[in-house]
Amino acid sequence: MATLLADSDSTAQPKGDAVPDAVVVRFAGDSGDGMQLTGGQFTLSTALAGNDLATFPDFPAEIRAPQGTLFGVSAFQINFGSTAIDTAGDQPDVLVAMNPAALKMNVGALKAGGLIIADSGEFTKRNLEKAKYEVSPLEDGSLAKWQLLSFDISALTLEAVKPFGLGNKEALRCKNMWTLGLALWMFDRDRAPLQQWLRDKFAKNPVLADANIAALNAGHAYGETAEIGGQFRQQHLAPVPSAPGLYRTVTGAESISYGLVAGAQLAGLKMFFGGYPITPASSILHSLAKLKEFGVTTFQAEDEIAAICSAIGASYAGQLGVTSSSGPGIALKGEAMGLAVMTELPLVIVNSQRGGPSTGLPTKTEQSDLYQAVYGRNGDTPLPVIASRSPADCYDCAIEAVRLAVQFMTPVMLLTDGYIANAAEPWLVPDPDSYTPFPVTFLEEKNGEDRVLPYKRDDRGVRPWIKPGTPGLMHRIGGIEKAPDTGDLDYSPGTHQLQTDARKDKVDGIANAIPAQEVTVGEAGGKLAVVGWGSTYGPIHQAVNRARAKGMDVSQIHVRHIWPLPANLGELLHSYDKVLVPEMNTGQFKTVLRDQYLVDAKPLNKVSGQPFTIAEIEAAIAGELA
Amino acid sequence: MNDMTPIAKLTIKDWESDQEVRWCPGCGDYAILKAVQRTMVDLGTDPSQTVFVSGIGCSSRFPYYMASYGFHTIHGRAPAFATGIKLANPELDIWLVTGDGDGMSIGGNHTMHMIRRNLDCQIMLFNNEIYGLTKGQYSPTSRLGTNSPTSPGGSVDRPALPCAFALGSGARFVARGFDVSKNLPEVLKAAHAHRGAAFVEIFQNCIVYNKDRFEDFAAPKGAEAQQLWLQNGEPMLFDKGTKGIALDAENLTLKVVDVVDGDWQAAGVIVHDVTNRSVAHMLVELPFGTFPMALGVIYDDPRPTFDATVTAQNAKLAEGKEPNLAKLLAKGQTWTVEG
Repeated sequence: MATLLADSDSTAQPKGDAVPDAVVVRFAGDSGDGMQLTGGQFTLSTALAGNDLATFPDFPAEIRAPQGTLFGVSAFQINFGSTAIDTAGDQPDVLVAMNPAALKMNVGALKAGGLIIADSGEFTKRNLEKAKYEVSPLEDGSLAKWQLLSFDISALTLEAVKPFGLGNKEALRCKNMWTLGLALWMFDRDRAPLQQWLRDKFAKNPVLADANIAALNAGHAYGETAEIGGQFRQQHLAPVPSAPGLYRTVTGAESISYGLVAGAQLAGLKMFFGGYPITPASSILHSLAKLKEFGVTTFQAEDEIAAICSAIGASYAGQLGVTSSSGPGIALKGEAMGLAVMTELPLVIVNSQRGGPSTGLPTKTEQSDLYQAVYGRNGDTPLPVIASRSPADCYDCAIEAVRLAVQFMTPVMLLTDGYIANAAEPWLVPDPDSYTPFPVTFLEEKNGEDRVLPYKRDDRGVRPWIKPGTPGLMHRIGGIEKAPDTGDLDYSPGTHQLQTDARKDKVDGIANAIPAQEVTVGEAGGKLAVVGWGSTYGPIHQAVNRARAKGMDVSQIHVRHIWPLPANLGELLHSYDKVLVPEMNTGQFKTVLRDQYLVDAKPLNKVSGQPFTIAEIEAAIAGELA
Repeated sequence: MNDMTPIAKLTIKDWESDQEVRWCPGCGDYAILKAVQRTMVDLGTDPSQTVFVSGIGCSSRFPYYMASYGFHTIHGRAPAFATGIKLANPELDIWLVTGDGDGMSIGGNHTMHMIRRNLDCQIMLFNNEIYGLTKGQYSPTSRLGTNSPTSPGGSVDRPALPCAFALGSGARFVARGFDVSKNLPEVLKAAHAHRGAAFVEIFQNCIVYNKDRFEDFAAPKGAEAQQLWLQNGEPMLFDKGTKGIALDAENLTLKVVDVVDGDWQAAGVIVHDVTNRSVAHMLVELPFGTFPMALGVIYDDPRPTFDATVTAQNAKLAEGKEPNLAKLLAKGQTWTVEG
């Protein structure tokens, strides 16, 4: 391992035998090779070892793309180390390539001098052809700028699991565990949690459990034996110093689910979740479906429209209605969102953004639904938009979305993306009791002299929430324009002007009910502010820190409340000479900022389906300050 | 329904909202509104526990005119809203109001899924075979050759049969009535008594765009001979008992037979069994003209409802589990960083 890093071109990496602060490992293989699972379990063992980490799963849209092909390659990258980790890392130090296609698709990203571990057993003529290699790259010297360790993992795995009498296909499925075993050895990880996990996973088929454990142990033993010991050494990364407390790893989908449950509890409501399967949002539905004891009802609707409509129905009936989807599904929900705005009912809409337009890049990440979230409905239809910046941040963002929805009787859009939904990071487990409850009060008595006034607004412009089933408060609501107070049908010109203004004022007023924008890194005022939102937090954070370490006058401002924007944001942005807005779209937030504050915000855009690298943002910062 | 203190007997007035009714003069909807209000009085239900849910179209204005809770939603989606309302509060009595465009065209998908799931509610589909609110375009139930602004040469797409659609979607209750029929409240009461999705097609006269389309069997007077009113356990007789429906065993279909001196048994007239699904399929597809219009409760054979099953399953899955958020958050493999 030491030699592996010694030749690295990165000056940040230590030389010789020194242990690096952080290592980036990418597991790449056929989509049927179990790379996501390997990565997930390596993540878990890394977290248990006390390292900070960030991951980036990158998999094809096809469930089982044709074996061995370039487009069937699935990869999982993890960046872990003894310093704080914000991103999944730019360039891997180690690439595990389970076949020629995986090598071809990923080797370009590998740091010069990095280590390639390849399964030579898969470098057959047929597989080489599928990966468009004329000659085996393991033999033609084309990998000279990296270190290469190739051995027949397939054969070694078959040998290891031989005693269990599995068929050839089943036996080869254990390859990923063999590889994981080797990786665990390389970074001095404890195998015990993995062994326990395999026993639980294959509880109904102990032979498979034993075979996988044998493969895991064999991979680990392979590292320990003299066979490869001369080429790299085991290394142990010191645990990252973190704030004291209890930690676990969490994905965005999990922490959103928990945050929604927490929000419902703080509001004193039961939750109804209407969803329709769509990548990458489905995992929230999966997660919530298991939480029935928290008063959660989940409903798999017949389509995206029914999903949101059922959630609005549940809100109308007095529960917290929630729906979630990704861009294409959010588009289908647009009309219903308008009804929720018109009827002024609480609702949380989670959008796990993916590459668009249309089906776009279903499994890749993008931030291109910001316009859709802020503006994407017919009519003047304002609603609050919140963006989460990381898997762990999703918890607080979900609670905030619930709070705004029930306190302001409005649908709220919560933006995450494919990266946040699937990636894992360590999470300082919050204490639920440390959050201030915001209990909902339903109207129980007539609020007018002799009748109920469903659209009588309070001083914040908020109407009462009235559950059907409440005696004496019968009333009708709907999508047609309505008179103030009574809610009776009224589409006279004056009424529409008044109600449109009232709906807008209510949402604008939320700016006073959210925290002021803080400077995330740096100080208010200066030469350059890098303004971001969502999952670009990690690379921006690292890039700004690195630039500041070089003495540059740059600050980071990361915005959670996209709409309405924090009340002080305009003034804050004007305190810098320049404003740079990195986004994984063609400049949507930049346009919003220009529109709202007449500020000369400059775009930095990337829509390749991959997150920004730190280097890309660092270069842009240097360019602005040159 | 809940067991609250019985409220004083209500009148039709108590079920009328304070809103001005805005349908065209002479529209069949007025008669249906009265029939529904009459039904509610007869059922003795509580307006505060009742929700009328609708989509978009003339029929979907209905909730505004009932003095209960009401939700006028978006085009075709009323079933989805109803599903959320009912799952959130299964105690509520849900009535869904839709039309042939709303329920069979833009919302056909939702109608199908609500029926197959068997959500406990009453579905009233007002079928006037035309788009009214958008000014007279042909609808998915318009007969072939219907002239309209969008089909100047006559419509060429075959009409859907709402009751056949409902049965095909797995409906456990299917009934038919028409706007001015004095029997409509009885049909609606049967729908209400049925636990599950109760589908009622109500032929409705659009006085402006499709006037008297149903007068062959639904004229206020003089069309009785063309009405086959079905009664469970009673022979299928019509035209003052002079005719009946018998099984054409050779062709596995139904046929009209003459009944002499009231001896329906001799004529082979069959007795209506509301649980006979095969006969229900034949009844909803009888071609009008050769046959009378089958009306009343065509099929009624309950199965467990969606809402009851979901509620029971939720309770079962939650059984013995503590809703402890702190424990949930700290679940799985964790580690502690010492201070």
